[in-house]
Formats: sequence, C-alpha cells, structure tokens
Amino acid sequence: MGALLSVKNLTAGYGETVVLHGLNFELREGGITAILGANGAGKTTTLRALCGLCRRRGEIEFDGKRIDNLVAEDVVRLGVAHVPDGRGTFAAMTAEENLRLGAYLRRDRDGVAQDFENVYTLFPRLKERRSQQAGTLSGGEQQMLAIARALMLRPRLLLLDEPSFGLAPLIVQEIYRTLRTINQQTNVSMLLVEQNATLALDLADHAYLVETGRVVISGDSETVKADETIRRSYLGY
Amino acid sequence: MDALLHQIFSGIASGGIYAGLALALVMIYQSTGHINFAQGEMAMFSTYIAWELIDYGTPYWGAFFLTIVFAFAAGVAIERLVIRPFHNLPVIALIIVFIGLLVVVNSTASWIFGTTLKTFPSPFPSEPLWNNHYISNHELGSIGVVLIIVAILFVFFRYTTLGLAMRAVAENPISSRLVGIRVSWMLALGWGLAAAIGAVSGMLVAPILYLDSSMMGGVLIYSLAGAILGGLDNPWGAAVGGFIIGIMENVLGAYVIGTQLKFSVALIVIVVVLLLRPAGLFGRTVVTRV
Repeated sequence: MGALLSVKNLTAGYGETVVLHGLNFELREGGITAILGANGAGKTTTLRALCGLCRRRGEIEFDGKRIDNLVAEDVVRLGVAHVPDGRGTFAAMTAEENLRLGAYLRRDRDGVAQDFENVYTLFPRLKERRSQQAGTLSGGEQQMLAIARALMLRPRLLLLDEPSFGLAPLIVQEIYRTLRTINQQTNVSMLLVEQNATLALDLADHAYLVETGRVVISGDSETVKADETIRRSYLGY
Repeated sequence: MDALLHQIFSGIASGGIYAGLALALVMIYQSTGHINFAQGEMAMFSTYIAWELIDYGTPYWGAFFLTIVFAFAAGVAIERLVIRPFHNLPVIALIIVFIGLLVVVNSTASWIFGTTLKTFPSPFPSEPLWNNHYISNHELGSIGVVLIIVAILFVFFRYTTLGLAMRAVAENPISSRLVGIRVSWMLALGWGLAAAIGAVSGMLVAPILYLDSSMMGGVLIYSLAGAILGGLDNPWGAAVGGFIIGIMENVLGAYVIGTQLKFSVALIVIVVVLLLRPAGLFGRTVVTRV
C-alpha cells in the first residue's frame, strides 16, 4: 500500500529561525502515526508546515499530489483537517456553530446532518452543551470540540497537535479511547503529535522521534517502544 | 409636554440615521475587529454618486440601487488595494490608515463635486401621515429602511454559512483558514457590505442635512457612540444604540446642556460605556476558559 502522506527533506521555521532541519517521514492510509519529542523539538512546526501555516521547503506529497506550495485554505480542501495547538476554539460562538464551521466546505446537507449525529454520539457532552458559548467549555470539552470540528470536514487525514495538553488523566484517557474508535469506524488516517510518549505509542502503529528538528528514531510502535533511548528518556522506566 | 414629545420624535428620527451608519461600522467590526473611521466619508462619497445619477435623469430608486452596487464594489476595492497592504501592522497603524482614508475621500469629494451645498431628494411623499407635526414621512421611511437592514443583517449573521464565516474570521483568522475559509475575501466582503449600508445611510441623511462633503462628520461620531453603546458585535444592539443616542442628544440638548454642547453627549457616552461596560448594552462578553 502506498503512503497517503510522504514528507521528504522538510525544513521549516519562522522568520530567521529554522526549526526543522530536513525531516523525512511517511504515513500510510488508515494508519495512526505518532511524532514524539520534547518541548521545542519541532512537533507543532511539523504540523503547521504541512498545512502551510509557516514558511517551509521540501517535498510534501499527499495522496500522490505535491502540497508544499499550497496555502492552508487549499490544503484543507484536499481533506486534511488540523486540530491545532491550543485547540483553535471559536470562543465567542456556540459549540454547534463551531461544528458548523468545521463543515464549512461541505455541500452535502444530508451528510453534514449525519456527521452532527456521529460526533454527538462520539462526544455526548458536546450535545449537552451545543448551545453554550464555546469559550466557557472546560479544557477537555474544548479539546473534544476541536476534534469534532475537524471530523465535520469528513477528512482523510487528521492532524492532532497534543490532544492531551493540560488535561486531567481521566479526560485524556477518554479522548484517546475516542480517537481509537474514530480511526476504527471511519478509517481516517491520523498524524499525532504528542509529548506523552506512553499514550501516543499505545494508540499509534508507527512512530517517529524528533529531536531539534530531525528524525532520530523511527519504526513501528512496538520497535520504538522497545528502543533503549525512548524507554529511558520518554517512557521513564 | 408637546415640546418634549417633539424632541423625542426628532431624536428618534436622527437616531434612525445614526443607526444606519452604526450598522455599517458593525459590519466591518464583525468581520475584521476594526472600526473604520472613514465609513462616514465613504457614505458621503457614494451619496454624491447617487446625486450625479439623479442629476442625469436616473429615477430615484434606480439611482439608489446603482449607488449601492457602486458602494459595494468601492468598499471591496478599498479593502483589497488600500487596507490589505497594512494588514499585518499593529492596530494603531491601521487607525492612522483609516484616518488617512477619511481625509483622502473627503478631499477627493470636494475636489470632484465642489463645495456648494446640494439638495437631495427624498423618495417619500412630503405630506406628513395623518397630518402629524411630530415626524415627517422621510424620517419615518428612514427608520423603516434601517429596521429592514437590521433584520437582514441579523438573519445573515445568525443563519447563513457566509455570515457565520465572516464572524469566524473576525474571531480567529487562523482557525478560520484551517476550516477552509478564504479569510482575505471575507474581509473584502465585509468592507463591501459596510460600504453598501453606509451608502444607504448617506442617501437617507442627505435630504435632511443637505449634501456636502462634511455632511457625515458629526453623524459618524454619533453613530460610533450608538454602536459602542449598543454593542459593536450585535446589529440589533448597534441600531438600538443609535436610536438612544439620537433621543439623548435631542432631549439633553434641549433641556439640560443646551444645543451648543449636545455634541459632547456622544463623546461622553463613548467614554462612559468603554469604562463601565465595554461590550455595550447588548453585546456579548466573551469568556474563555483555558
């Protein structure tokens, strides 16, 4: 099976600062790939570079098409949904309006109505709070809302930027369980960026470890889990 | 008593005019988070276009709608050509751009159309309804037009995808791009709609104040006060704010502070609202948990 996303020699940064120094990785259709790394390793920048949200060079191929010259508005039109760092909530709008915005590009009314049902089934709490101003939702609920908003695109690839960030362990477990369900039910591919290596390696089938903008370890999750460096520095035993 | 009623009615009438321009201000604020200080001048310029069209013999309503189309196109063009290059500058720099635009549009209008006062026709019959001496048909008609615009805007922002996208862009441009909204076109669209609404308010003001390049200066300040009082993110609120300002201006001017000082009512309202309740009477206070 060919790769859905393939990244070759990706460099990226902001202004004068270069954050990624030639990153290479691949992601197969329907798979979940994790990018691990410490603070400042370039994980968020990798996702932003894929979406055209920062200056980048190199080859990014999605579904056989080069996307490294596309702006963010056009990347999303190919079916790449980004759950950004900080969740990107439209705080002044209701939860439901946030979801309507997620479906902004869709023209199939029936399909969108169906997807409202689907995300409310996945995240029943969002249904309870659908007419509440999104900024007043708890952190966990806002993270669910961000994932749900991305799903409303009916994406082929979901980019997830630290869905565990700042949340209580129980909520994190719930969110990760739901991500697994989503992957199994819809076969949407996921690229997951995460500091919490234990969580990420349990969910993902492949993983890359990034340090200061370069891939230092890669392989399927079991291999990466067994790696001595990962075990000591990121899993902590 | 009769005199007070008189003041209240003329307050409602001028309030309708302030409400119209306040709606234009809200339009740009909703989509960009900015207040366009040149809004009044753009409205004045469009009104001159209407005057020229009528002068050439175009029937009133034909000129009215052609002017709206012109204003919309001009608003889009100004955003793309003048405002866009400054998009990444801090707000204070943009304010200077807006003030520059105000001066340029104002001077261009005097240069092209001259400085003599022009009379501008009203589309409404001149014989007052039921022979009342409180409010003219033009004033009643203006209020009606403003209410229609409010209703259209309310439905547009609340129920249409395009309106939702425009609000999204004002709130969070990055997230908006990530759901596929073409942010720069939404901003241009906001300017176009604001200019179109401004043109309507200009055409409603002109029969009362006479058409002249300084016609909208005072109106802009009252409208801004109205929009801030009612809430800049809420078309209904801004319109109601416009009416309240109109009534306050007239009643306070007649009985409390005198007509010479009534202009300061608007400025005092702006300061007090921003100090005590920055979201305005009907605006939403946005709360964010992290």
